[in-house]
Amino acid sequence: MESMEIAEKLQDHFPGEVLEICDFHGQVGVIVKRDRIVDILRWLRDTPEIKMDHFMDLCGVDNKKRLGGNLLRFEVVYNLYSIPLRHSIRIRAQVPENDACIDTATGLWCGANWHERECYDLMGISFNGHPDMRRVLLPDDWVGYPLRKEYPLKGREEWSGLEELKHKVVELQEFGLSDGTLRTEAEQSQTKGNEKS
Amino acid sequence: MTRPISKTVNVPVADGDGERYTLKMGPQHPATHGVLRVDLELDGETIIKCSPQVGYLHRGFDKIAENRTYAQSLILTDRLDYIAAMANNVGYCVAVEKLLGISVPLRAKYIRTIVCEMSRIASHLLWLATHALDIGAMTVFLYCFREREVMLDLFEELCGARLTFSYPRIGGVRQDVTRNFIDVLQRFVAEFPTHIGEYETLIDTNRIWLKRTVGIGVLSAAEALELGLTGACLRGSGVDYDIRKHRPYDAYDLVDFEVPLGSDGDIYARYRCRMEELHQSARIIQQCIDQLPPGPIISEDAPDLVMPLQGQRKVEAGSSTYGTGLIRLLEDKGEFPVGDIYVSTEVPKGELGFYFISDGSGRPYRMHVRSPSFIHISALPALAEGSMIADLIANIGTLDVVLGECDR
Repeated sequence: MESMEIAEKLQDHFPGEVLEICDFHGQVGVIVKRDRIVDILRWLRDTPEIKMDHFMDLCGVDNKKRLGGNLLRFEVVYNLYSIPLRHSIRIRAQVPENDACIDTATGLWCGANWHERECYDLMGISFNGHPDMRRVLLPDDWVGYPLRKEYPLKGREEWSGLEELKHKVVELQEFGLSDGTLRTEAEQSQTKGNEKS
Repeated sequence: MTRPISKTVNVPVADGDGERYTLKMGPQHPATHGVLRVDLELDGETIIKCSPQVGYLHRGFDKIAENRTYAQSLILTDRLDYIAAMANNVGYCVAVEKLLGISVPLRAKYIRTIVCEMSRIASHLLWLATHALDIGAMTVFLYCFREREVMLDLFEELCGARLTFSYPRIGGVRQDVTRNFIDVLQRFVAEFPTHIGEYETLIDTNRIWLKRTVGIGVLSAAEALELGLTGACLRGSGVDYDIRKHRPYDAYDLVDFEVPLGSDGDIYARYRCRMEELHQSARIIQQCIDQLPPGPIISEDAPDLVMPLQGQRKVEAGSSTYGTGLIRLLEDKGEFPVGDIYVSTEVPKGELGFYFISDGSGRPYRMHVRSPSFIHISALPALAEGSMIADLIANIGTLDVVLGECDR
């Protein structure tokens, strides 16, 4: 089935949920509200003539600098594919800034688990009902969500685990394995500079 | 004088009954293929709970790519799956070409197909070598590296690098293949099936190998699909999903090959699948060599990214701070479409997808990499829980993960 046909069927089936259908280079994206996202995904997976059984990809997008009437601050993009029927569709669920959360798809595909954790980790969108909503790529004590548009590309900040490390260095000193000092990156480059001069 | 390493030694602490304990395996364990840490809860030698911890190699590719032009981000893809960097490069180029609507000359398509399959051979050989080594078959390791070396030498002749190639370009490839390259490759492909036979005599019916792989790490087709597995891990369970057949790119629709499928869904089935894929790769390369047409190797409407030494294109002054003459993608000319696109290719590990959102600015508004290893590691608990700790090593091996790709 053509992707556009699927999108239209989806619109017929969930008239209040579909906001817009976009077509770009033959790939069809359906912009939907977030409230019934699990119903939409279940319908796509279980309807025999659509049968989207392969959960290809999920990612979060920050729409802060993007134009579009139907776009809210965030969106979660689902790329689905049907292996037996060889067609695909993209679902773009809109998520508002003040309540950045959406229902989890892990009940439908357990493979969505880490996709959603990654989205939470890097974009800060949390998934209601997710079994293990923790950061996955960044350390647990990381502050902020790097893929949001306001997050800086560069910056210098002391890692919060550094204090613990300093204690370890003192501990190691007792065994003669360290001189008891821990230099930060800036201090190290300073020392190197001094050696050169 | 004895030197105590640390005051707090991590000894597995037994709780109440003296049987259950937690063990953190990795991130420096040789069998975890990089920097994967697995937190295990054990009852004796049986795994009760398995929780993989990743992110040690996270470099923030998505964020970096948002701040670079499309052509500049190509080098990031080398650092995804560094075992088969060529396949990543091609995957990225195919995605950007689809986004920008660039058509690739036929000769470049064939060359790319050749290098993709070469990297599949290199990757599968490394997988087989380390997988067998983990299980205890040392000899296979040495045999596989002998052939892998030929692949790497050929890559070096082609583009000067052995691991991080950046050889394909958006719209084609960087340099043409040489006569010697084709000759050596031709000889290699002709004798490669014999080498595959050598590995198979070592382990195919080896009693230890069979005991460690048959009936271990079993996934049904439905389970594998629900876990999001792709590549040989999915095909080992009998699901016929190969992007080279489903959504052909480059010259894959012009060559004839089969997609090997397993049925049992255990480690042995996945092993057999990959061994058959080696045969098929050799077959594809042979056909590409035979059919290789003459003609240009890079599209005329490709964004300029050619070494100035070749003199094919003029270098825009001040385009790069580095001496290599990388030319900026035509950023300010307003030729970029507005839209989003998801394109995936079949890399040796599975489905590598790139999701781009273009806002017309010449830099991706958002780039997301769907890396197969990330999803495969998330499936590790499903394979390992309830099995013995020794089988965990075999299960990590069979998923064929590379942590550079997982952590991005």
